[in-house]
Amino acid sequence: MSADIGNVGLATSLVLVGVAVGVSLWRRLGLERSILWACARALGQLLAVGAALGLVIEDGRPLWWSWTWVVAMVGFAAWTTGRRAPEVPGATRLAAVAFAAATALSMGVLLGLGIFPASGRTIVPLAGMVIGNSLAATALVGRRVVAELTDRRDEVEARLALGHAGRAAVHPYLRDAVRTALIPQVETTKATGVVFLPGAMVGLILAGTPPLEAVRVQAAVMFLVLGSVATTTSIVALGLARRLVTPDHRLVRLHRPDPS
Amino acid sequence: MLDGRPVLRGIDLELPGTGLVALVGPSGSGKSSLLRLCNRLEVPTSGTVTFRGTPLDHLDPLELRRRVGMVFQRPTPFAGDVLANLRVADPTIDVGAAARLCERVALDAELVDRDAATLSGGEAQRMCIARSLATGPEVILMDEPTSSLDPESRDAVEALATGLVAAGLTIVWVSHDPDQVARLADVVVRIEDGRVAGVESTS
Repeated sequence: MSADIGNVGLATSLVLVGVAVGVSLWRRLGLERSILWACARALGQLLAVGAALGLVIEDGRPLWWSWTWVVAMVGFAAWTTGRRAPEVPGATRLAAVAFAAATALSMGVLLGLGIFPASGRTIVPLAGMVIGNSLAATALVGRRVVAELTDRRDEVEARLALGHAGRAAVHPYLRDAVRTALIPQVETTKATGVVFLPGAMVGLILAGTPPLEAVRVQAAVMFLVLGSVATTTSIVALGLARRLVTPDHRLVRLHRPDPS
Repeated sequence: MLDGRPVLRGIDLELPGTGLVALVGPSGSGKSSLLRLCNRLEVPTSGTVTFRGTPLDHLDPLELRRRVGMVFQRPTPFAGDVLANLRVADPTIDVGAAARLCERVALDAELVDRDAATLSGGEAQRMCIARSLATGPEVILMDEPTSSLDPESRDAVEALATGLVAAGLTIVWVSHDPDQVARLADVVVRIEDGRVAGVESTS
C-alpha cells in the first residue's frame, strides 16, 4: 500500500468536509462558511509549507537550511506565545529562550545519541513536534504564574514577611502553575494507545510501516514531547520568578487585563 | 507610587520603640503604604526609613522581616494544618512549642493538627499572629487586622494585642475605627492625603 493518496484521493476526502457542512445546514449551526474557509485555509497553508519543506529537506541540501527553518519556528512560536499571554511580562523573550533550550536539548538527545540520523528529513519535523506541542503549555504556564501571583499576592507577601527569600516565597505558586500546565500532556501520554492512536503512528502505519516499528517511533516522539513541555514550562516559570521578584525580595506589582 | 503619583509625601516621623502605635486616617490616605515601608515590602522613591537608627537598606531584608513581623488585613492561612503554618515561620518548631504558641495567642492547643483552611476568621487571624511570633520579632505591624472579623473575634484579637504589648512587644496598628484606637493606642499618628497630619499621645 502506498501512502500517497494522490490528488483524486485528496479531492475524494472532501466528501468528509461535505458531511460537516451538511450537519451544519441540517442543524442550522450557521458554520458552513467557517468550515469551508477553515478547510481551504488549512489546505493552502499545508501546501505552501509542504512546498517550502520540500526545498529545505531535499536530499543533498546543506543542513543549515534546516536549522534556519528551526530558528524561524522558534521565533514564530515565541511571538505567538507573547500574543496569547499579553499580561505576562517579557513573555516573548522568555518563550524564545524556553523553545530554543527545549529544541537544543531534544535535538541533542535524539540526534546526538543517534536515535534519529541528522538530516533535514528528521531535524525539521522533530523540532516542529517539540515547538508545536509545547506552545499551548508554555503560554498556559505564563498565564497561570501571573494569575497565581496576582490572586494570592497576600499569601506570597505573608511568606516574605516571615523572612522567606523571594524565590522560596513564590515557589509553591510556581509549582502549582507548572503542574497545571503539565497535567494535560501527562494525561494525553497515559491515554495514548487506549483512547486514541497518535497521528505520527497512524501516518507510519498508513505508509506501510509494520505497527511495532511505528510504535517505537511514536514512543520516542511522545517522550520527546513530554520532555519538551516539561522543559519549556519550567524555564518560563523560573524566568518569570526572576522577573517578578526583586533582588531585595519584594513582589513586583502585576496587572491582569480586564476580562471585559 | 500609584499611577505615577506619590502615595506618601514629606513624611518626617519617629515612631516610639514601645507600646502600641496606631496609624489612622481615611481610606487611601497612605497608612498601609507607610506600614509596608517599615518591613521593606515597599521601598521609598526618595528618603530613608531607619529601624533602631540603621537605614533599612543597610539591613538584610530577610533578617529585618523576622525582627519586624507583619499581620495582614485578611487572614492568610497557608495550605496544611496549623503546625505546618507555624513551621513556615520556624521549620524547627515541634508540637509542644506549637501548642505553647497557640496558647499564647489564646488558640486552643488542640487546633495544632487542624487544617488551617477550616479555622474561623478569628482563629485564622490569631494563628497568623502566632506565625509572626514564631520568628521572635521585636515589632509586629498589623494592617487593619480586625476589619474582616466579627465583633467577638475582633475583641479577642484586641485583647491579644494588649497582652503582647504588656509583655514587651511593640505593635504598629493601622485602623480606621476611632473607638478601637481609643481602646488600644498609646500613640496615635494621623495620616491624611499622604502626609502626617498629627501625632498625639493618649496616655
